[in-house]
Amino acid sequence: MKKTVKAELILENGVRFKGNAFGYIKETVGEVVFTTGMTGYQETLTDPSFAGQIVTMTYPLIGNYGINLEDMESRRPFLKGFVVREKCDVPNNWRCEMDIDNFLYQNKIMGLENIDTRALTRVLRDNGTMRGIITTRVGDLTPSQIKQKFDTYTNAYAVKETTIDEPYVISGRGTHLAVLDCGIKQGILRDLAKRGCKLSVFPAFTSAEDILAVKPDAIFLGNGPGDPKDIPDVVETVRQLIDTGMPVLGICLGHQLISLALGCNTTRLKFGHHGGNHPVKDLKTGRVYITSQNHEFVVSDLSDDVEATFINVNDGSIEGIRHKTKPVYSVQFHPEASPGPLDTQEMFDRFIKMIEEVKSHAKR
Amino acid sequence: MPRDNSIKKVLVIGSGPIVIGQAAEFDYSGTQACQSIKEEGIDVVLVNSNPATIMTDLGMAHYTYIEPLTIDFLEKVIEKERPDSIIAGMGGQTGLNLSCELYDRGILDKYHVKVIGTSIESIKEGEDRDSFKRLMERTNQPIVESDIVTDVDSAIEFAQSIGYPVIVRPAYTLGGTGGGIAHDEAELREICTQGLHLSRVGQVLIEKSIAGWKEIEFEVMRDGAGNCITVCSMENVDPVGVHTGDSIVVAPAQTLSDREYQMLRSAAINIINSIEIKGGCNVQFALDPNSYNYAVIEINPRVSRSSALASKATGYPIAKVGAKIALGYNLDEIKNAVTGKTFACFEPTIDYVVLKFPRWPFDKFFGAKRTLGTKMMATGEIMSIGKSFEAALLKGVRSLEIGQYGLERKSSSARDLETLKKRVVTPDDERLFDMAEMIRRGYKVEKICQITGMDLFFVHKIANLVEMEEELKTMSLDDFTEENLTYFKEKGFSDKAISRFVGCTPPDIYALRKKWNIMPVFKMVDTCAGEFEAVTPYYYSSYDSENEVVVSNKKKVMVIGSGPIRIGQGIEFDYCSVHCIMALKKAGIETIIVNNNPETVSTDFDTADKLYFEPLTEEDVLNVVELEKPDGVILQFGGQTAIKLANFFDEMHIPILGTLPEQIDEAEDREKFDAVLETLGISRPKGKGVWSVAEGIETAEKLGFPVLVRPSYVLGGQGMEITYNDDQLKMYLSDAFEKDSKNPVLIDRYLCGREIEVDAICDGTDVYIPGIMEHLERAGVHSGDSISIYPPQNISDDMKRQIMDVTKKISVALKVIGMINIQFIDFKGELNIIEVNPRSSRTVPYITKVTGVPVIDIATRVMLGEKLADMGYGTGICDEPNVVAVKVPVFSTEKLPQVEVSLGPEMRSTGEVLGVGYNLENALYKGFIAAGMTVPKAGSTIIATVGSKDHEAFVEIAKRCKGLGCNFIATKGTARALKEAGIDCKLVKKISEGVPNIIDTIRSGVVDLIVDIPKKANNKKSDGFKIRRTAVESSVTLITAMDTFDAMVNVMEKHIDESKLDIFDINRDMRK
Repeated sequence: MKKTVKAELILENGVRFKGNAFGYIKETVGEVVFTTGMTGYQETLTDPSFAGQIVTMTYPLIGNYGINLEDMESRRPFLKGFVVREKCDVPNNWRCEMDIDNFLYQNKIMGLENIDTRALTRVLRDNGTMRGIITTRVGDLTPSQIKQKFDTYTNAYAVKETTIDEPYVISGRGTHLAVLDCGIKQGILRDLAKRGCKLSVFPAFTSAEDILAVKPDAIFLGNGPGDPKDIPDVVETVRQLIDTGMPVLGICLGHQLISLALGCNTTRLKFGHHGGNHPVKDLKTGRVYITSQNHEFVVSDLSDDVEATFINVNDGSIEGIRHKTKPVYSVQFHPEASPGPLDTQEMFDRFIKMIEEVKSHAKR
Repeated sequence: MPRDNSIKKVLVIGSGPIVIGQAAEFDYSGTQACQSIKEEGIDVVLVNSNPATIMTDLGMAHYTYIEPLTIDFLEKVIEKERPDSIIAGMGGQTGLNLSCELYDRGILDKYHVKVIGTSIESIKEGEDRDSFKRLMERTNQPIVESDIVTDVDSAIEFAQSIGYPVIVRPAYTLGGTGGGIAHDEAELREICTQGLHLSRVGQVLIEKSIAGWKEIEFEVMRDGAGNCITVCSMENVDPVGVHTGDSIVVAPAQTLSDREYQMLRSAAINIINSIEIKGGCNVQFALDPNSYNYAVIEINPRVSRSSALASKATGYPIAKVGAKIALGYNLDEIKNAVTGKTFACFEPTIDYVVLKFPRWPFDKFFGAKRTLGTKMMATGEIMSIGKSFEAALLKGVRSLEIGQYGLERKSSSARDLETLKKRVVTPDDERLFDMAEMIRRGYKVEKICQITGMDLFFVHKIANLVEMEEELKTMSLDDFTEENLTYFKEKGFSDKAISRFVGCTPPDIYALRKKWNIMPVFKMVDTCAGEFEAVTPYYYSSYDSENEVVVSNKKKVMVIGSGPIRIGQGIEFDYCSVHCIMALKKAGIETIIVNNNPETVSTDFDTADKLYFEPLTEEDVLNVVELEKPDGVILQFGGQTAIKLANFFDEMHIPILGTLPEQIDEAEDREKFDAVLETLGISRPKGKGVWSVAEGIETAEKLGFPVLVRPSYVLGGQGMEITYNDDQLKMYLSDAFEKDSKNPVLIDRYLCGREIEVDAICDGTDVYIPGIMEHLERAGVHSGDSISIYPPQNISDDMKRQIMDVTKKISVALKVIGMINIQFIDFKGELNIIEVNPRSSRTVPYITKVTGVPVIDIATRVMLGEKLADMGYGTGICDEPNVVAVKVPVFSTEKLPQVEVSLGPEMRSTGEVLGVGYNLENALYKGFIAAGMTVPKAGSTIIATVGSKDHEAFVEIAKRCKGLGCNFIATKGTARALKEAGIDCKLVKKISEGVPNIIDTIRSGVVDLIVDIPKKANNKKSDGFKIRRTAVESSVTLITAMDTFDAMVNVMEKHIDESKLDIFDINRDMRK
């Protein structure tokens, strides 16, 4: 038997899971969520949307094909902890460059393994997302210490943490998009760039004026962490951008920000949608697509100007909206996948087509 | 789109008899499909020649025809029943091929039958190699460089252009029959010749070998609106080169990054979209382990072995959903029966590791060539579920019932390193154990990966287990702590495995576990990794913290299943288990099934109230018992697998319903049983158990040759032989004692009489016999391999009374409660007992269907305490019907190189078909046709080679054949005998007499029937053996018993006009 460092996960409701620590061993607090994707742990680890969260993989064997430098979704992982049933110590794949233990260690992320991840998942499913602490002080934390840790936890600055400091440009000859980076995944940028788009990427808190200065054909808002209501400034910027009549498109957090800007509401889901198997129905065609999803909040209470374009087949929640008259269109799910099914890749084509239509209309 | 209301009556074609490559998975899928259609209020017409299935049960379809699966019989059914629709993909390759043929011949058009689900055009795009290639080009999918050839010379030419090794795959065959890898021209010539012969369309595909690539499968579904989902990915632990049916398979795929996974998933979806599949489809890929290069190997637009596995692995009922799609529903309109809330339009996600392990028949076929390749050889499989790969692997190994509890195998330990290395490169059924042994000896893990092509991920896991086994060897009982024992249990080690390595007993470990409370918990298989609350009570064990089972306080009974399908213990036992559950449910009792076979109906999530997918070992079953605390456990229906647990249950004071372990032992222990018979004054062939060669010879001489010899405690006649002299007996005995010196060998006087079999139900006082079955072949042929006839044709009323009398005496004396199976021999008018099995037998489904008596239902009620006299069926023998029904065995020996083919005391058949008619000959005719045999007509050519002792009998039958216009070709001795009797015949050379000889003649295709009555089986060097192998490999009908030949000539003499034969709906026509 290998030597291990004991650690435990303490949930807000008092439930505890004892296991072994790995990665970078340092006490951590975060919002505990589970994701059901069976592949793509590396993309999950590096998805900025998980900032501030402790992520549990429901699939028990994690790290089988290691880590490579190609499949990074951001410059570094932003999550607060990573919980698995069993991490793989001897990964194998032709692209494997590192194992998961080392990767977490290098990025100072606390890992916890060998716990009953299904039991944890069921706790979260039944009680909803809650905060948790991973500590090696097994059984040693006093109730007041635990309370204090939970009380001081906040994820309100997650976007600030994950966004970029300076704007940059990804060159392209096609449609010019101004991208507001609230913690955007590389996959989205990759898919847009693949279609020839020129991307002017801005920090999340850039003003509408500065954004419009690059004369983009459209505005694009990607995914990101946290509650969209935590960043009212960005919502305000989006509102201003929409008012210009320019096409505004969004995915995930971007979709939520757009909806707020259009006067809709957002609410918290009990335990979010995290995984690559969520069926989403296109309300226009009736077609159902299997999508990749990763969100805690969902758009609700559509304002009169807004209509739903997609809904989730499982729980009927809103998965996409459009403005009835303006060129504003956004989806909750992740057409870029990474990780997950590529079935909605054509959403990007839809985006671009929409922009081109607006452009040609303006010329006429 | 909602249901298509124009569909009112659907024809479903089953897959026919169980053969290698097409087994119980189609009973599971077919049954599910029938139910799925029925619950929509649509009539189902079912045709399937296999009487052992749940699918062909009374009432399962509205109209059930257990008739030969040929176009002519199918047309009869269509003409009579006038279905408006046919669903093609529910009966395996057989059902698919027949549907295509019905379409091609215009029969569907003629009767206005429309194809629902995937269209014939779509099926053909995926099936025919040429159109498949075009399809792949159209969808921009890579395939392996290949060419279709129709003759051997073109094959060689193409192979030279792409380079050896090449793979040969015949078009339209099951389980890759007739395929293989050719490393040079000579091998190619041989494999290609056979492949061309076996292909229905005379085509084979020659392709470049990509051995060493990963083999990945996806189960995908698509509805009429174009919505697509993948149900499950599966990865073969053995890389490309070993048939997927013979590979260890893990689900989900373990070694693919998301990019690789999504690349293949998208490819699978593009393909099924392109050919507009409506239902389920299996797509197989090969993936280069060192790049993104991949190739589509094949697609199967139907339910399959893999779809059954995917269904059981995820909980997603593919066949059920497939049937609904065929009726017009879209995926988002079909409820997910597992969660009860979500819809079928989602992708299952699982939070455990599933392993499939093939079960090979080599324990029965000692002489078989065991090398695994592109031809499937496994008869069955098991599935195991664990939280880790290691736990699933160990569960899988002990589910196989091959005496293995860990990875250390005696035969592997005895091999030197060089032999082991050779063996893992050219894999056979022991590859896993050979690899483990190499690792144990310090052989480099990376090098094993290199020479086998297996992924390091898997090999490393095996190395983990080996390391743990070695650690255990250094430990004693005192070294265990709560922590380290928990660790071993978490990794899947059974108490038995631990104790074997440590050198203690399983109860020692069990006691420690009790002390430290190290007990498994049970987790749910719910399609969604716990994301939604699920309603399916489908569980597996894991050493973990949370138990999810809610134990009810209802009265409950646990049924032990029969494990993997193997020769001697087939689908019949699953039939019995399922019916037992149905009977218990009817009685208002909560039912629990424990089984490990993913192919079966018993492991469908809605068969029992609770399903535990677990190995059927003492420990694993005890875990469930300790949790559920059932009011009783039923062992009678799970074959020898369940019966084996009787003594253990008794020791653990677990209540067993039905016949008690003591009595089971009394029937199985020869001496105790002899004593019982003696007190009852019942005769049996004289014999005794012997412990040495000398004792054996002495006994045989006293009894008089020939004698029947066999090891004690067996099922399916394992290792049973008839020996005619001292030498043969000596050889048998020394071999037997070498294999197992701890148990005696039984020697019986061999009585060559009429064999009779009964399945009876006893309530302790009264006995009810649903039917007496007569065997067509005389004693000496295993009961599972002989043709059974019901009602008996040659048994006098007096003899029947005797049978009833003896059955009652024995049953009552053995205190049987429930089922008993007895085999008799009528030897010169005297009734002898040869075998008693205090459990359900393989004839139960057959006798149930032909008599209409719900045998298992009655037996179950008896076990619950009801009395036969109160049940309305009465006691005694059930009245006989006006029709005759024969059960004809079906063999898969053509798929098992170098296996003996002739009928003998060892069971070899894998399946069975039914033939029903108003007289014996009509029934036999159908039985022969359904079993794929040719009944010769005038002008047919028969090759005969018969030993001198049988000449007299043979000549008499041959005369009748001649009278029917048949021609004979014979070897020297037989030819002489024929000529002496005035029968013209052509002489053919024996193999030793040069070429062209009898083998060439058979291969040339001019022969319609081969009669080869062997003197002694299993001698691979004999001419007879080679002739018989050539016969099965060339698909020429072979007869190896005089009684079968006689029966066939009787049939020929009736000049049966097939078009005039009646067909029987077993729901209505059997007793009119």
